[in-house]
Amino acid sequence: MKWDWGAVRDFMPHFWDGLLVTLQALALGSLISFALGLVWALLMRTPSRWVRWPVGAVTEFVRDTPLLVQLFFLFYVLPEWGLTFSALTTGVFAIGLHYSTYTMQVYRAGIEAVPAGQWEAATALNLPWRRTWTAVILPQAVRRVVPALGNYVISMLKDTPLLMAITVLEMLGQARLFSQQHFQFTEPLTVIGVAFILVSYLASLLLRALERRLVR
Amino acid sequence: MSVDTAKNPEPPTNPGPDGSPGSGTTELIRLENVTKRFGDHTVLDGLDFSVDTGKHVTLIGPSGSGKTTILRMLMTLTRPDEGTITVDGERLFPAPPKQVREIRKKIGMVFQQFNLFPNMTVLRNITEAPVTVLGMSRDEAEARARELLELVGLADKCDARPSQLSGGQQQRVAIARALAMRPQVLLLDEVTSALDPELVAGVLDLLRDIARSTDITMLCVTHEMGFARDISDQVLMFDSGRVVEAGSPEKIFGDPEQERTREFLGAVL
Repeated sequence: MKWDWGAVRDFMPHFWDGLLVTLQALALGSLISFALGLVWALLMRTPSRWVRWPVGAVTEFVRDTPLLVQLFFLFYVLPEWGLTFSALTTGVFAIGLHYSTYTMQVYRAGIEAVPAGQWEAATALNLPWRRTWTAVILPQAVRRVVPALGNYVISMLKDTPLLMAITVLEMLGQARLFSQQHFQFTEPLTVIGVAFILVSYLASLLLRALERRLVR
Repeated sequence: MSVDTAKNPEPPTNPGPDGSPGSGTTELIRLENVTKRFGDHTVLDGLDFSVDTGKHVTLIGPSGSGKTTILRMLMTLTRPDEGTITVDGERLFPAPPKQVREIRKKIGMVFQQFNLFPNMTVLRNITEAPVTVLGMSRDEAEARARELLELVGLADKCDARPSQLSGGQQQRVAIARALAMRPQVLLLDEVTSALDPELVAGVLDLLRDIARSTDITMLCVTHEMGFARDISDQVLMFDSGRVVEAGSPEKIFGDPEQERTREFLGAVL
């Protein structure tokens, strides 16, 4: 087999398109999973069973079913109910939702790791409920969970190729399309493989910098 | 200051909303028939006692005798199983949450483990509650926090994080934080037990100063008998959830009546 730099050159414009889509999906999916996971974690701490039970059931269901199935469901079934979104929007939402059921457990652990004395001090100072969460508990909890959340970002990156299944042309989608048109598989697949390594490496550097800032 | 170990013959009364019970005393805190159990273990058993405004009361006794539980119930960190708690003429337990929040403003607490907020600077630890609970302006709260830090001898530590301070310094910040809310009652829960021995004296000296120079009511759980003798108007000896003996520090430390008190003091002194 011969390595063809010409094929690499021809693939690059498609690669950049795919990279952009992958990064979008990763960034938005991360944001959704971080935000939604926190919402789930907080809802699971409400005193009301009527909130906790449905939230627990839904998140358990989402966590225990494959992301690929969820993607198909959201992309092909929702339109039958009159809900139509672009493939990328659907994909970003599916990834964010799926991973929020993992980040919720990370948040839960982080919240539980805040010592009881912090709650007690907040009570002794008569801090309102909302202020106790936003000023005392969450800042300490989030700081603890950044490394664990970072791992899920990397994990999400590696799941973005699943979006190909619902016609999103992220990096793998672009590589496959190019390969099928030009019968050259080695070059585009190698390029995106290297790109995955670089993106996850950069993401981990970013997260480590964030961690250092927070732990200070 | 009065202590009844006997059952109070009066039924719990409902004081008026203006906090003026007819009795005309300066009673600030009253616990009536308070019982607390953890599982099968009865920590407090039908306890009755009261504290008058401005008095300094020290609770002594062996571990597990219910001293800390009393402070925690007054701070609403633990709920009694039975009984009533009244502060400044208003019911603290049982009471609706809104009323609890109002009354709790009158009470401050300093903990054994300091419990400073590690994510905030020293100054912010002190200003957080005055700003968000009392509605003080940030400038006013900071000015007051600096005064308090001056008082506790840490004026130069405004911008430090709790983790950069020694245990003794952290506890002094915690005292300043509690005082910033201008409580009528200060609860001190074994505040020197977690400190290295050489840091204990500084914190106790500060508390002696506060006891001397303010009219704040203090309820103090401690194993520092010298400190208890110095600051107390009244000492309560606890054992197994009951007040075994109560009296002036001179009497309790000098001439205790109960064998259990003598035994305990003999062991700790």
